[in-house]
Amino acid sequence: MESLSNKKKVLEQKPLNLAERMYLPAIVKGLGTTMSHFFKKSSTIKYPEQQREFSINWRGMHSLKRDEEGRERCTACGLCALSCPAEAITMIAAERKAEEKALYREEKYAAVYEINMLRCIFCGLCEEACPKEAIYLDGPIVPSDYLRKDFIYGKDKLVEAPLEVK
Amino acid sequence: MADLMKVTIDGITVEVAPGTSILNAARQIGGDIVPPAMCYYSKLEGSGGKCRTCIVKVTKGSEKDPRPMPKLVASCRTTVMDGMEVQNITSPEVLEARSGVVEMLLINHPLDCPVCDQAGECDLQNLGYEHGLQKTRYEFERRTFERIDIGDKIQLHMNRCILCYRCVFTADQITNKRVHGILNRGDHSEISTYIQAAVDNDFSGNVIDVCPVGALTDKTFRFKNRVWFTKPVDAHRNCDHEKCNGKVTLWYKGADVLRVTARKDQFGEVEEFICNTCRFDKKATADWTIEHPTHIADTSVISSNHYETFKPLPVIKENLALQEANKVELEKSIKF
Repeated sequence: MESLSNKKKVLEQKPLNLAERMYLPAIVKGLGTTMSHFFKKSSTIKYPEQQREFSINWRGMHSLKRDEEGRERCTACGLCALSCPAEAITMIAAERKAEEKALYREEKYAAVYEINMLRCIFCGLCEEACPKEAIYLDGPIVPSDYLRKDFIYGKDKLVEAPLEVK
Repeated sequence: MADLMKVTIDGITVEVAPGTSILNAARQIGGDIVPPAMCYYSKLEGSGGKCRTCIVKVTKGSEKDPRPMPKLVASCRTTVMDGMEVQNITSPEVLEARSGVVEMLLINHPLDCPVCDQAGECDLQNLGYEHGLQKTRYEFERRTFERIDIGDKIQLHMNRCILCYRCVFTADQITNKRVHGILNRGDHSEISTYIQAAVDNDFSGNVIDVCPVGALTDKTFRFKNRVWFTKPVDAHRNCDHEKCNGKVTLWYKGADVLRVTARKDQFGEVEEFICNTCRFDKKATADWTIEHPTHIADTSVISSNHYETFKPLPVIKENLALQEANKVELEKSIKF
């Protein structure tokens, strides 16, 4: 039957000549290709020590942001958990006490905020849903670990370090 | 019957009893043409006429006097006339005026939905979503008030109040002595208990349910969870109170009852008021006889991730083999 695309090339298989039947020239040629790579620039890096630059729209580990006064922005509204297609986010809200005004921006805050990094698919919908600009997926690659429970990241790992006072 | 009045709303004709308001006539038709109402509450006498979200255009006054009404009218306070023709969503003028009303209602609203416990079942949120602007044009400082405790179970956030007076009517009507009302006038108006005296009445908790926004919220549910993560279930109990029939909606999170509210109908109005014992003190499953999951509209955020209704595709309806294959799902869709 005639090809529809006309892109098909029919291979002609000739019988091997003597040099080809000996295989040696082909082996030498192959080794030569291998040897030439010894002198070329490596295309891989030694990952944990060396890291590549991420692209600007890279989505990595989540971080919970603080505002310009160092207060936590998250108000535990639950929209990130609602939008999460993998149901990776859980949280427990609490009411801010009068003496905690320097710690949390709104009268409600997330007492517990957990992301299961094994469930997370890094789609960035939580970032889009957040009305308080509190969560961003601007971190590095989530590191590997041995136990499943260690992949549930709490506020200790997610919240940004407080601002340094100069 | 001769004494029924014929009224046409958005091209749909309905016959209603004389004295019915346009809003209630529209509710008899149902569907998209029902004007939204923030202050009118069919169970509260004298409510309505304050928020102006239910405005409609009367294009023909009546059979005898077919002139249109000169201005948009509040449908909750305008009674129907025979042969009246009303435009609601078919009139761009009404929609534009309504979005203006929404903007007006939102002028002093703090827009703290991420914090507010009412978010997800808030009438103002729904209204703002449908008619509101993406951004506020208001540049001045919003009025602010301190939070007030009305008793130990009810929290009043005056910032969020839109002054619909529903809670005042509830206090007037359901409770036998008036203990809270509105202080000051105009922009300074404020819902208040006189000298913050605790409301001491068996039915005071109902002001939480009638509040269309998050101004009156349940302190026992304060910041416990977001409504869309809880699962509503209809339940009842034999209540000792003679006026309370104990029919409620329980809001579950896992095995815990986080909140008890009265049952609400399709217009967001409570079916029957419940007493404070049912609302605040009975929060164990053992106290209740569970009936069935509460029906939540597909359009509500509360129904997200609940997968209650399965809508059979048209192709399934026609194909017997597919009906057989989806038998379990189809049975589920019939149940509720």
